[in-house]
Amino acid sequence: MNDLEKAKESIIEDFALFDEWLDKYEYIIGLGKNLEMFPVELKTDDRLIKGCQSRVWLDTKVEDGRLYFRADSDAIITKGIISLLISVYNGRTAKEIASDDFAWIETLGLKENLSPTRAGGLASMISTIRREAEANV
Amino acid sequence: MKIQELRSRFPQLKESVYGKPLVYLDNAATSMRLDAVVDKWEQMSLKFNSNLHRAVHAMASKATEEYESARLATADFLNCSEKEIVFTSGATDSLNLLAFSLGESAFFEEGDEILICEGEHHSDIVPWQMLANHKSLLIKVLPINANGEIALSQLPELIGKRTKLCCVAHVSNVLGIINPVAEIARICHEKGCLLSVDGAQAVQHLKVDVRSLDCDFYSFSAHKMFAAPGVGVLYGKLGLLERLQPYQGGGEMIESVSWKGTSYAGVPHRFEAGTRNISSVPAIKPALAFLNDLFLDKEIIDYQENIIKYLLQELNSVPGLHLYGVPSDPSRKIPLFSFTVDGVHHEDLALVMDKMGIALRSGQMCAEPLMDRFGVSGMLRASFAPYNSMEEAEYFTASLKKAISMLK
Ligand SMILES: Cc1ncc(COP(=O)(O)O)c(C=O)c1O
Repeated sequence: MNDLEKAKESIIEDFALFDEWLDKYEYIIGLGKNLEMFPVELKTDDRLIKGCQSRVWLDTKVEDGRLYFRADSDAIITKGIISLLISVYNGRTAKEIASDDFAWIETLGLKENLSPTRAGGLASMISTIRREAEANV
Repeated sequence: MKIQELRSRFPQLKESVYGKPLVYLDNAATSMRLDAVVDKWEQMSLKFNSNLHRAVHAMASKATEEYESARLATADFLNCSEKEIVFTSGATDSLNLLAFSLGESAFFEEGDEILICEGEHHSDIVPWQMLANHKSLLIKVLPINANGEIALSQLPELIGKRTKLCCVAHVSNVLGIINPVAEIARICHEKGCLLSVDGAQAVQHLKVDVRSLDCDFYSFSAHKMFAAPGVGVLYGKLGLLERLQPYQGGGEMIESVSWKGTSYAGVPHRFEAGTRNISSVPAIKPALAFLNDLFLDKEIIDYQENIIKYLLQELNSVPGLHLYGVPSDPSRKIPLFSFTVDGVHHEDLALVMDKMGIALRSGQMCAEPLMDRFGVSGMLRASFAPYNSMEEAEYFTASLKKAISMLK
């Protein structure tokens, strides 16, 4: 199993520890609270992810062909969800991300347990990350 | 009636979500359906299905009788004549019909004004904006104060010579305050202005008497009063409806059709083109009968008053919680509570509380200008119906506190 797959697996395992959705949410909220500080000056319109009900900013930096993400949101659960994504894809090569199928997110069952607007927001976050990767392959 | 007996009439209240009992507090969006409504709908679908008015056969006359008796029951409910009841597909449809028909009826001249309350639902804003664009009219705003009450003292001066129509909700879907419609109607009429009332949020909670309110038009949806979706009502004073041009053309709304020209049926049929919602309209009857009883039930009324008192007290004691819509007279509040909590996003709260089994509404609630008025991006709303119990209210406040502590 490569490193990317290991990162996914570890989140899926974490999620499986909780029987209750409320506890899974508590875990996501915890991730949101611990997300690295996002500089205010990066909260620009071009970093806003379209299609989310709460506002989400994503900043992408490319170094030696690897992508580094930072993000923020005014809603803590959104922040937690993007933190999940970042923890898996941060520091990966553009090629690795662009060729990933993002299917592990489905196995978490998040989509069914988010409001429809949030589920749409999650899809927008994923496509933004994928687009950033494709642009840098 | 005891609350448990009342609850037993709404089968969906027994559902659970995420393994927890459902606590449904989104009754302002749509209410649970009464068992007798479903029975009536089933009967109309399985026994009396037929188109209306058109044929001489037995089923057609049975279906027509059911449909027209629903009109009579609605007229009784509102204290008006059945000729003044137009069946639509919902409050939104009623308001669009009214806006369009007023626009077609030489009612407005270019430059005339429509005065709209700041607290309105988009359904009572956008149709008027469309009409204003179409007919070169001006929209003016009737402000509310910081408590969410209509600034009644400003009303007389806001109604100018060219203000032809004023649009106000009986109860706002965000603020939950019962607006003084009779007083507003009196002021409007003194100034020669008509009053259209959006009653979508009122009919679940209040005995509405359009005669004593003396409003000119009154719109609401059946699905917010325990009946079926896809049915709405537009009440209009007979003399006014008779002056209005129809909204849609088609079958049933005509008197005669020829290539030379067409004449329309009388009111209210002139406004009911095409095949109507023949299963769901009759299903409004059991809901109206049920509400008529409920409004007289002292035990339920007292029970609900206690819930309102309890919630106002509890919500006001939560640190950082801001409640919107706090009338100076607490008896003017329906059990609908919209609020924000400092440092917590309304969507986060709604999501976490959903996982606790509580259905709430979050966001702009179809009232963006009102969100702007209070400088917020959205709110969280708990809207109670008469079948919500004190135990549910207590579970709601305890869960709210728990969710806030999780999120902060
Ligand atoms: C105050 C108010 N007006 C109008 C409407 C529109 O009702 P409907 O969507 O049933 O047409 C609603 C429903 O949310 C409402 O709360």
